[in-house]
Amino acid sequence: MEKSNRVFDTDVQLVKYKVLKEIIRRAYEGGLENAYIEVPKLLSPGPKAETRCCIYKERAILQDRIAMAMGGDKNNPNVIEVIDSACDECPIDGIYVTPACRGCMVHSCKEVCPKNAITIVNHKATVDKDKCIECGKCTQACPYSAIILQHRPCMMSCKVKAISIDENKKATIDNNKCISCGACVYKCPFGAISDKSLILDIIDILKKSENNTKYKVYAVIAPAIVSQCRFGRVSQVVTAIKQLGFYHVVEAALGADVTLYREVHEWNEKRLLTTSCCPSFVSFVEKNFPELAQYISSSVSPMVEAARFIKKSDPTAKVIFIGPCTSKKMEYRLEKTGGAIDSVMSFEELQAFVDARGIDTTQLEDSELDNASYYGRIFAKSGGIAHGIVDVAKEMGVEGVAPIAMNGIAECKANLLKLKAGKAAENFFEGMACDGGCLNGPVCITHSPRNVVDVDKYGNEAKEKTIFNTVKLFQI
Amino acid sequence: MNIKVCVGSSCHLKGSYDVIQTLKDILKKYDVEDLVELQASFCLGHCAKGVNVKTDGIAAPKMEKVGIDPKEGYLLLHNVTKENAEELFVKEIYPLIEL
Repeated sequence: MEKSNRVFDTDVQLVKYKVLKEIIRRAYEGGLENAYIEVPKLLSPGPKAETRCCIYKERAILQDRIAMAMGGDKNNPNVIEVIDSACDECPIDGIYVTPACRGCMVHSCKEVCPKNAITIVNHKATVDKDKCIECGKCTQACPYSAIILQHRPCMMSCKVKAISIDENKKATIDNNKCISCGACVYKCPFGAISDKSLILDIIDILKKSENNTKYKVYAVIAPAIVSQCRFGRVSQVVTAIKQLGFYHVVEAALGADVTLYREVHEWNEKRLLTTSCCPSFVSFVEKNFPELAQYISSSVSPMVEAARFIKKSDPTAKVIFIGPCTSKKMEYRLEKTGGAIDSVMSFEELQAFVDARGIDTTQLEDSELDNASYYGRIFAKSGGIAHGIVDVAKEMGVEGVAPIAMNGIAECKANLLKLKAGKAAENFFEGMACDGGCLNGPVCITHSPRNVVDVDKYGNEAKEKTIFNTVKLFQI
Repeated sequence: MNIKVCVGSSCHLKGSYDVIQTLKDILKKYDVEDLVELQASFCLGHCAKGVNVKTDGIAAPKMEKVGIDPKEGYLLLHNVTKENAEELFVKEIYPLIEL
């Protein structure tokens, strides 16, 4: 098994990585113009197909993956896109009675159904689709496990119901509902939904800097990076990023320190506030709870805050954000960010970039990475801001903050409904679209419980134990 | 004239935030706050010799007087600490200020 196999959680990530790596390699070494012809044959050499019906289908899908690696459909504003050829048209039957049904006398399925949707016809359970609410109780009640619930993983993963099935049984995304969280990108078992890559733009920015002489290129890196370093230490990854041609690496958490400070101030004025650092959460509120949008913090995200600070000190700088997030690829284009960020790279893409350039992270020297405080760093996990806001408010002499950490869109929805109905006990709402927070972002390389432990450890290692030195820095 | 204090990771760990605070106090003490702009900067190079402090925006005649190459146009100080900041300021930076 080649080394890279152990890096990613899934083979879908692996194939995406292989495509990216090949595109990046060609962007430097030449051959990009032949990528559509040569790369599919390289990655699916045959004669036997590995994942699809035949190598020709595999190669056709690879061509579409190459298109995503090179920026995707320019006419589609959404950073998340369905790769039609890769969509396997999964069944959408909902509750399905398999032939294992024995037509037993007890028919627990029928008894447990809250909607009386099951009847026994010719000694077999039959489901009335009009009545069925797909609660799944019958699937658990059947002693033969003869009833299953068939859903498309993409539709299940999408908590804003933006994915539907078109007339050709392909998944399709409603851009008006989609919040670009990327949950479907990670959850589709066929890798048929993907984020568009901006990697060629980034390479272009790096090349045109002529080794940071025309202008300097800075990387702003999300704190979730610490949970992603299965090969080498974070300090070695920083060296690797510099070897890719970046002038300097700055923690996004530096911006988070200031975000926290601004949020305490703003909360003190409004007495009711939601966070604004997760662009998918912000989009979720705007699209689904427009009446609550006034309570979204007006502070920019840590990514933008850090980038603005860099550009204040170096006005011609270009800033690339590196993170676990698909919606940052959407956020950086928003007018309110004022062009602070020039492009966005995912952790998956970073891995491909480093490997494509032949850099062995494990052999590199360490570079320091320490700009932010403990609190800025733990922004990466669900509950990090809620925890930080209490401590910081206390130090600033602000009283009465009652935070809640809303972990994932389902929790966000439940709590915002309570807030809308005037039944919320809390007055500070931390919203994160990804379950677990950024450390579980869709374009993370790994999604493991270990990630939380790593982020906490990293937080504790920060030189700055409070945010106030960072705040002073922004104020000079 | 600008004084840029490196706040890159390496210098930060060596205490650049303290150096900034100290320089802020010094500028006040010597009553040159209006003449000198204190700035933060990410990485001035020379990470091993931090905290690095760079002074630029110096008037040309001044540069000549103190022997700074006008092509470079700046003064770069290494190993600045909160302890030696005042001494270095008086000796190296103060003569460059256009009073």
